[in-house]
Amino acid sequence: MRELAVATITETVAAMCQDANIYLGKDVAEALKSSLETEESPTGKEVLKQLIDNLEIAANEQIPICQDTGFAVFFVEIGQEVHLQGGTLEEAVNAGVRKGYSEGYLRKSIVDDPLYERKNTGDNTPAVIYTDLVPGDKVKISFAPKGGGSENMSAVKMLKPADGEKGLVDFVVTQVKSAGPNPCPPIVVGVGIGGTFDRVAVSAKKALFRPLGQPHPNSKYADLEKKILAKINDLGVGPQGFGGRTFALAVHIETFPSHIASMAAAVNINCHASRHLERII
Amino acid sequence: MEVKKIKAPLSDEDILELKAGDNVLISGVIYTARDAAHKKLIALLDKKKALPLDLKGQIIYYVGPTPAKPGQVIGSAGPTTSGRMDAYTPRMLEKGMKACIGKGFRNQAVKEALQKYKGIYLAAVGGAGALLSKKIKKSEVVAYPELGAEAIHRLEVEDFPATVVNDAYGKDLYLEGARAYARQEYSVKPKA
Repeated sequence: MRELAVATITETVAAMCQDANIYLGKDVAEALKSSLETEESPTGKEVLKQLIDNLEIAANEQIPICQDTGFAVFFVEIGQEVHLQGGTLEEAVNAGVRKGYSEGYLRKSIVDDPLYERKNTGDNTPAVIYTDLVPGDKVKISFAPKGGGSENMSAVKMLKPADGEKGLVDFVVTQVKSAGPNPCPPIVVGVGIGGTFDRVAVSAKKALFRPLGQPHPNSKYADLEKKILAKINDLGVGPQGFGGRTFALAVHIETFPSHIASMAAAVNINCHASRHLERII
Repeated sequence: MEVKKIKAPLSDEDILELKAGDNVLISGVIYTARDAAHKKLIALLDKKKALPLDLKGQIIYYVGPTPAKPGQVIGSAGPTTSGRMDAYTPRMLEKGMKACIGKGFRNQAVKEALQKYKGIYLAAVGGAGALLSKKIKKSEVVAYPELGAEAIHRLEVEDFPATVVNDAYGKDLYLEGARAYARQEYSVKPKA
């Protein structure tokens, strides 16, 4: 059994909060640069140029890419041969968020009571944490600060098995179209298919953690990702919704087995600041 | 790409010069307000009390910046989703506001109020918060400091880039832009 002090998790999380918000991953930066070459709209090109310049300014000035530094979302894989010492995982992750958001001058965007008081918790906690027990003696932490504007444009729908591929594609494309300029396009679209009402939303969220340009391992779903992406970009919504070719940078699908009566589907939209980081301890 | 330079605050004549799709660079003084500040301003109007700022000719920027680091004017400062301010915007225009900057769809009531009171709705690039922060030369809180990032700030801006989405003539770039580049149509109404 490997012993791991939870303080190490806190330190790692604190650094991840700052890094993810200041430096956009190479995958997304490359996708923005290549879309500048294919974009036809002059205003669309100008938007993409601003977004590319923005990344450089954020890195040079050490300030966040976007003022919405998000809800802190974590997927944590804990090896079964790891023994955490000195506290709980949840406390350790939240302590890391508290430290990272305060020391990094990141915006605190979380309110405690969602309906009535809506008082800011002051430190961007609590985080949303999903855990999986996996073989091995490592802890893998995946983090995404998730912006509110794009999250608000997301949806779950319980499709019928008879709706098939067409029903799924229609749901995703109409959802993304109705979101239009609101989620800060060019967007990344996470699609969950299968599972229960709750599980399908987690799949869609998990899809946003996959590096851009990495297709689904199953070729049928990889083809479907391409097909949906083409349809979304054919809408003409373009960067920031001003019109153009680049409405979405990528579509990622994650699936889960389904009940015989159901075909759950979820769309989780991310903005172009599709921030995600991974660390293995 | 053609860019028009405009100076804030704005007059009716300035507004009528601008059309949906125009790219502008704004210099001058603008004010920030988002959800909580709007709620407070409208509550004052309901009670027929004076506002902490004169809205006449002003541009309101929907933004909640990140905290400024020591030595910086302001933190990352891009636009937030404007639709959440739809309920308040016609009243703000009635009181003299000439333009607002945000991102995303406005509802029909806002579009009609822009025509009625001669106003424009501008979008800045959502997610370009670091770039936009460099266009802000001075920032001070003028009302509701207790709201933190949501307090009303007076900003001095220089060549702040934005695009006219809804003009005083009823035109909408979000509809026209997508129509110009669309290769297929999904018949859904945009979310209000």
